[in-house]
Amino acid sequence: MPHRTFLAFIWPSLLAMVLFIAIPILSVGYQSLFVEHPQMMTEVESCGPFGCRTERRVDAAAMSELRAESPMGRFNGMGTYANPSHLAFDEVGAAWRSSESFGQFLRLVMNLPFYKALFFTLAYTFIVTPLVIVLGFCIAIAVNTVSARLKGPVIFFSLLPMIVTPLIGALVLFWMIDARGVIGATLQQVFNDPQLSLKASPTLTWVTLFVYGVWHSAPFAFVVFYAGLQTVPQDTLESAMVDGASRWERVRFVTIPYLMPLATFIALMQLMDNFRVFEPIIGFSAEANATSLSYLIYSDLRSGDFPLFGSAAASSMLTIGGVVILLTPVLIRTWREFKRKG
Amino acid sequence: MMKDFLKASVAITALLASAGIASAECGIEKGSVRILSNDFAALHAIATAAETCASDTVTVTKNQTTEHKNIQVPALTTNPASYTVAVIATNSVVPLLTGDLVRPLDDYVAKWGQDLQESQLIRVDGKVMAIAFMANGQHLFYREDILADNGIAVPTSYEEVLAAAKTLRDKGVMQNPLASGYKPGWDLAAEFVNTYLGTGGEFFKEGSAEADINNENGLTALATMKEMSTFMSPDWVTYNSNLMRPIWEAGDIAMQIGWGSVAGSYIAEDSPSPEIAKATKFAAAPTIGGGTIPSAALWWDGFVISKNISDEDAEASFRAMMVGISPATAAANADAAVWLVKGYEATPAAVGVVADMQAGARPYPMVPYMGLLHTALGDNLAEFMQGQESAEQALADVTAAYNTAAKEAGFLD
Repeated sequence: MPHRTFLAFIWPSLLAMVLFIAIPILSVGYQSLFVEHPQMMTEVESCGPFGCRTERRVDAAAMSELRAESPMGRFNGMGTYANPSHLAFDEVGAAWRSSESFGQFLRLVMNLPFYKALFFTLAYTFIVTPLVIVLGFCIAIAVNTVSARLKGPVIFFSLLPMIVTPLIGALVLFWMIDARGVIGATLQQVFNDPQLSLKASPTLTWVTLFVYGVWHSAPFAFVVFYAGLQTVPQDTLESAMVDGASRWERVRFVTIPYLMPLATFIALMQLMDNFRVFEPIIGFSAEANATSLSYLIYSDLRSGDFPLFGSAAASSMLTIGGVVILLTPVLIRTWREFKRKG
Repeated sequence: MMKDFLKASVAITALLASAGIASAECGIEKGSVRILSNDFAALHAIATAAETCASDTVTVTKNQTTEHKNIQVPALTTNPASYTVAVIATNSVVPLLTGDLVRPLDDYVAKWGQDLQESQLIRVDGKVMAIAFMANGQHLFYREDILADNGIAVPTSYEEVLAAAKTLRDKGVMQNPLASGYKPGWDLAAEFVNTYLGTGGEFFKEGSAEADINNENGLTALATMKEMSTFMSPDWVTYNSNLMRPIWEAGDIAMQIGWGSVAGSYIAEDSPSPEIAKATKFAAAPTIGGGTIPSAALWWDGFVISKNISDEDAEASFRAMMVGISPATAAANADAAVWLVKGYEATPAAVGVVADMQAGARPYPMVPYMGLLHTALGDNLAEFMQGQESAEQALADVTAAYNTAAKEAGFLD
């Protein structure tokens, strides 16, 4: 295609990408360099139903003057990135100096909110993604062998977990694993332990979240693989059969290599999706045991009387950085294949 | 059947009649009243009463949502503001005051506030900035029947609550007789604030925004909360105020710390388990560490009038809200809240909050940086509660998280 035609074809998409992706990311990045002005405080007497007391208040008039002068707030440079809520350079350094063993160092670092969230996010990404690909592939192979008459309903039911909104799916399961819910109560019976709680134990909460993640995303992998299976060249399969290849050997040496590009595609999508895991944490009320980078952003913006925009912006930029790092190997691989073909 | 029908028709007639009287009483000529409020029974009653002021020239609209706190600042910042009235509580008024988004009400109080009592006026720096209409707070809910059957007196201190729980567990009456809103996040932080207030401690160093909770009082509060949790269902880590009610109604709890604003629904006649509703009683929040103050923060609910609206709308809004929180509304909904309005007499549902107030419980702090400390508490106490770190470490984590947030918000250098 001539470059001119290509450009004419692509420019609306490019424009949309600049408007809706590049500009917002730049503005978030810019925001992350600022913090709120120092608050001008005054002491005033405040009275209510429970008596009077002298309390400190923000001087609203003085503050609005400050904000009119510089609406973005106070320039803080990379200060927000380095503070204890984010990369916490000082705290990590102190932990390194004070700890006697690597284990102790890790424990100290894992107590910092950002690293705690990063650890869960990475664990979730690297446990759920491969399981989704494997499980999705298995379901696709299984469904492909089901008789034509049953295929419709089977496919529909296999897709259900993906059709259910993540938050609703999580809430439904949340109630089922309650100590009084059907799964929770059954487990207590099975293990004969009345104090067993999937919600209270950190380990079990992680397992629950991973299982939920696989349950929710496997249908996506299934549907992609299933579509791919329909295009596997039948003559290659038949010749393999003539050569006496077993069922497993046919899958191993024909189907899997043929579907590899699809696996790359799913891995790419799932890495991105799982790295910003958020809904299950809310749905399972798992904040106590598992926080993710996205949850940190939510928490900065939502809780407390003052949304911490700078902090949320810094977490967002770090998350974007994380996604880029995760995707780099896959992208390099795709680029190499592209060049080889070209 | 016939009786129900009769009851319903009488009720509807009474409602229509009272609505007729109310709209005649409002006397507002014109204006627009737009109410933003939280979503619970007492506030429904108020908004419904205010709506009776609607006429051909007066519009009254409402948005009652638990998300009110997250939209109130942006909604009142626009000019004209999206809402003329914001119904607020001790903590949610602070961002509005900080942002200078509400107007002084002294003139309106002088002109239209005949029904108001002095205690309802929230004065900041001498000016009336909000009107309070109900008090709230957490306190002890207990099952009178279970305690009596086992020879346990109504506990007044946490030590007694824990002893009673132990007795019930040892006798095999209940494995997990306690409940409290210990869900990490806002609820767990609120419980810490309650418990800490009972120790008599202050949250900040005098005259500064520097947090001061990593001390003996903080450790006492945490130790008590930890021990409470050992007598709770293993799922306590997800319990908040709304979750505890069905479990109470199922008869699985003998004592809990709950909000005064939901007490009415626990003893309502239409409760799904009438026997339990009948045996449910309320008392002041327990004291802690040999102290005499109930471990509970007192809260008030009230309303403010937006600054960025026309004077006409502001006056109409104030007058409509006067109808909303009138003694008549309170009398008709006596069970819905602990009203601060004239002529209200405490009902059985109000016993706990009134007992808190009489025993000298302290108000929830109204300083602008309290919300940041509350968030830091909610995010950092769970690990201690689950036995993964020491109380000292948890309080140090809280202080570190608070310091970071307070620096970013401009309260600390």
